[in-house]
Amino acid sequence: MKPAITIKNLNFYYRQVMALKNISIDIPANRVTALIGPSGCGKSTFLRVLNRMNDLIEGTRIEGKILFNDTNIYKDMDLMKLRKKVGMVFQKPNPFPMSVYNNIAYGPRLHRKISDKELDGIVEKSLKSASLWDEVRDRMESSALGLSGGQQQRLCIARCLAVQPEVLLMDEPTSALDPVSTAKIEELVKDLRDKFAIIIVTHNMQQAGRISDYTAFFLNGEIVEYGATREIFHRPVDKRTEDYITGRFG
Amino acid sequence: MRSHEKWVQGILFILATTAVLTVLAITFFIFSEGLPIMVDRGVTGFIGSTRWEPLSGSFGILGMIIGTIQITLGAIALGVPVGLACAVYLAEIADRRLEKILRPGIELLAGIPSVVYGFFGLSVVVPFLREHFPGNGFSILAGSIILAIMILPTVVNISENSIRSVPGDYRSASLALGASHWQTILRVILPAARSGIAASVILGMGRAIGETMAVIMVTGNVTKVAGSIFDPARTLTGNIAIEMGYAAGEHREALFATGVILFLIIMVLNFSTTRFSRKAGDVK
Repeated sequence: MKPAITIKNLNFYYRQVMALKNISIDIPANRVTALIGPSGCGKSTFLRVLNRMNDLIEGTRIEGKILFNDTNIYKDMDLMKLRKKVGMVFQKPNPFPMSVYNNIAYGPRLHRKISDKELDGIVEKSLKSASLWDEVRDRMESSALGLSGGQQQRLCIARCLAVQPEVLLMDEPTSALDPVSTAKIEELVKDLRDKFAIIIVTHNMQQAGRISDYTAFFLNGEIVEYGATREIFHRPVDKRTEDYITGRFG
Repeated sequence: MRSHEKWVQGILFILATTAVLTVLAITFFIFSEGLPIMVDRGVTGFIGSTRWEPLSGSFGILGMIIGTIQITLGAIALGVPVGLACAVYLAEIADRRLEKILRPGIELLAGIPSVVYGFFGLSVVVPFLREHFPGNGFSILAGSIILAIMILPTVVNISENSIRSVPGDYRSASLALGASHWQTILRVILPAARSGIAASVILGMGRAIGETMAVIMVTGNVTKVAGSIFDPARTLTGNIAIEMGYAAGEHREALFATGVILFLIIMVLNFSTTRFSRKAGDVK
């Protein structure tokens, strides 16, 4: 199968510090890829390279190639188009201080003129896909900040879905949530896999095991091991991977 | 607690209450001097009348109230868009080097004495208006232009602060959805900062209403209600400052009564600012 994103010889710098070293992997389409590793290993940085959110930080620089739909995202692709196609869910739920409806409608309204009726349809569909519709259908006009943390995070996912991304980046999306909300999000990730590639950064080994098809283990800015989750968890090739997974460090 | 600490506490308490007591004293003084004539002339004779003829005993300040409103609204209409643009630029766009040049410039505006603004208005704005527009230059528009400049620091500083205090999360969320920087500013950041921006407008308004010297120097100060922005007008503050020197008896009381009205307007504005800043962050 054609990969969703191809990364070739990626180096990434924060000023003089090399934060990612020579990373070359293919991210498969319609699969969940988990990025694991200890704090500061570069997994979040890697994630933010993929939708160029690191561009907002002064003094960052990349080398190498990242191909999305055969296009180098740092050279030949319009930044806004890239971010529309590669959505992102953040660690802390960050709904806009607007109504539930306007949160979802925000993305579609950015990119084109759109009729109210079509917009209603997109909002409903996105909320249903994020399994939030039943909980918010009667409070579309109330503030999104009044939702619970878990609902807010699913709202953020729905907000991404509304612009029809091809890839969904998730940066520890459940680390600020309670176990029940976490379970709902994990369920959601499994459902959404059919529609696009999902890349999820997680600190939680069990979570990576439960929801991902592929896993990449990061250490000190390098990918130590990358492969099918089952293989990585049961028969890690590298000693360091084994140590991390069995909880000997990290 | 040792006894000398009690002394220190007592002294600090007295000093702290001085400010409040002063306000109370001023309030009492203005009201006791101004209220009798307001009661005597009633609403129609004082607030409801545009006839201000101290020599014949008519003290209608409606003209000045209208003048104040006209000049203030003009100042807001001119000053707020510029101030807001400046705040957005400083908070969102300017790099550090440019910021270092712009910010002291704006702060300097706040430090210029108002008579200097008046002098600038008198020697630049008024002649300019006289040359290019109807009227003799002394006008509502001249007052509004000068006041618009004078309220800039207030509008810029408070708006900029409220823009800067919008959580970065909102910005990231918007950009990550493919919004441009400009779309993000317009659709997320400014709406989220709107209570602070509203507060800056109200505070600017307060400043504009209270300003006296610069306004007297450029607005012409006639008590007739202006028909256009090129006509002269008199403000409430101007009324007091111009006539206080020679007023006596009822005339003097009427000026205090003007002060009462001014006082009430400023009170209302101040209360609405606190209301707005309390609502900050609680956006729909």
